[in-house]
Amino acid sequence: MKLAYFPGCTLKTTAKKLETSALAVAGALGLKIEELPNWNCCGTVYSLASDDLIKQLASIRNLARAQSFEYKTIVTLCSMCYNTLAQANILVKNDGEKLKKINEFMSEEEDYRGEVEVKHFLTLFKEFGFENIKKIVKKPLSKLKVACYYGCLLLRPKRVGIDDCEQPHILEDLVLSLGAEPVNFPYQVECCGSYHTAVKPEIVAMRAYRILENARENGADLVITSCPLCYFNLKDRQRDVKRLYAGFKEMPILYFTEIMADALGIT
Amino acid sequence: MRLVLKLETDILKKVEEISGQNVFSCYQCGMCSAGCPMSEEMDLLPNQVIRLLQMGAFDEILGSSTVWLCASCYTCRARCPRGVDLARLMEAVRLIVLRKTKDDYIPPVRMVKEKLPQIALISALRKFTR
Repeated sequence: MKLAYFPGCTLKTTAKKLETSALAVAGALGLKIEELPNWNCCGTVYSLASDDLIKQLASIRNLARAQSFEYKTIVTLCSMCYNTLAQANILVKNDGEKLKKINEFMSEEEDYRGEVEVKHFLTLFKEFGFENIKKIVKKPLSKLKVACYYGCLLLRPKRVGIDDCEQPHILEDLVLSLGAEPVNFPYQVECCGSYHTAVKPEIVAMRAYRILENARENGADLVITSCPLCYFNLKDRQRDVKRLYAGFKEMPILYFTEIMADALGIT
Repeated sequence: MRLVLKLETDILKKVEEISGQNVFSCYQCGMCSAGCPMSEEMDLLPNQVIRLLQMGAFDEILGSSTVWLCASCYTCRARCPRGVDLARLMEAVRLIVLRKTKDDYIPPVRMVKEKLPQIALISALRKFTR
């Protein structure tokens, strides 16, 4: 089954490392992933209003495009893209009238039928089997203690969450299959402050500090994540954390696909 | 907190229409405020915002930073024992404010001048500008 890969706005630029490592991993696993032609930005945040359908258009256009190229599944690497596309998809699946309105508005695309499935890259590993991933690991990450940070949008709201929203374990399962040790990490589902990084960096730095110290207290050597915004907030905002909290020591932040590529021996 | 109430039922109706939520489902247990990662920055706690909505005291909410600090992380929604989607109520209030004025809540010129990932800028523009 071929899968349409939806990169989104950040993967080609500031989160290039996530794309490069993920595509290498997909290759090693033999997943047939092809970039969706002519994709556009998903809108980044799902509109929570019932009366501004125009904000759902960007997401639905991408789904209609996937449908026109006969893809049944669209796969994202970014948690925000995943969440926005998946929520918009559910909205039009459950509301024929809204779907009809959007279809009438789109002139270039064929009518979207609401049948494309939105998946996050991580869920493909579950289907592939963590036992099977273990078999192809060339350089086990033994002795590495990893804190798995999920943030918000992979898990909430529940109807699009890829795992339990309070105690997820899909990243831990992956880390175990790579030979590393996942640490207990209560702050793994706590919000990093998201887009406030563009207006109130100190608010984000305070949250990043709480999250990173929680990882450190539990013995983590590094933190992994799947979201380019969480990645920026946890990694780049450490500059601000250092200013606010004397004695703070840097914590390495990596995409889950980066440590995976290492373990599979493809970097 | 003492309030002089000016009942604004029209605005409450609008909030319920935009959000699709019934504010009277809330029984004020405070679970949303207990788990909110932004609550320490807020001048009104999330459950207080709902209480004020129930009372139609919209003016009190307009002067507060709370709805703008909510980052739609959906923690409250996941934990609410009454199934109230507080993230949608916060969005409804933000939109009512943005639609009423000609100004952005935070215009692009006031956003930080440093290299940011695209998603940070686009999502901030979506939440804070008209």
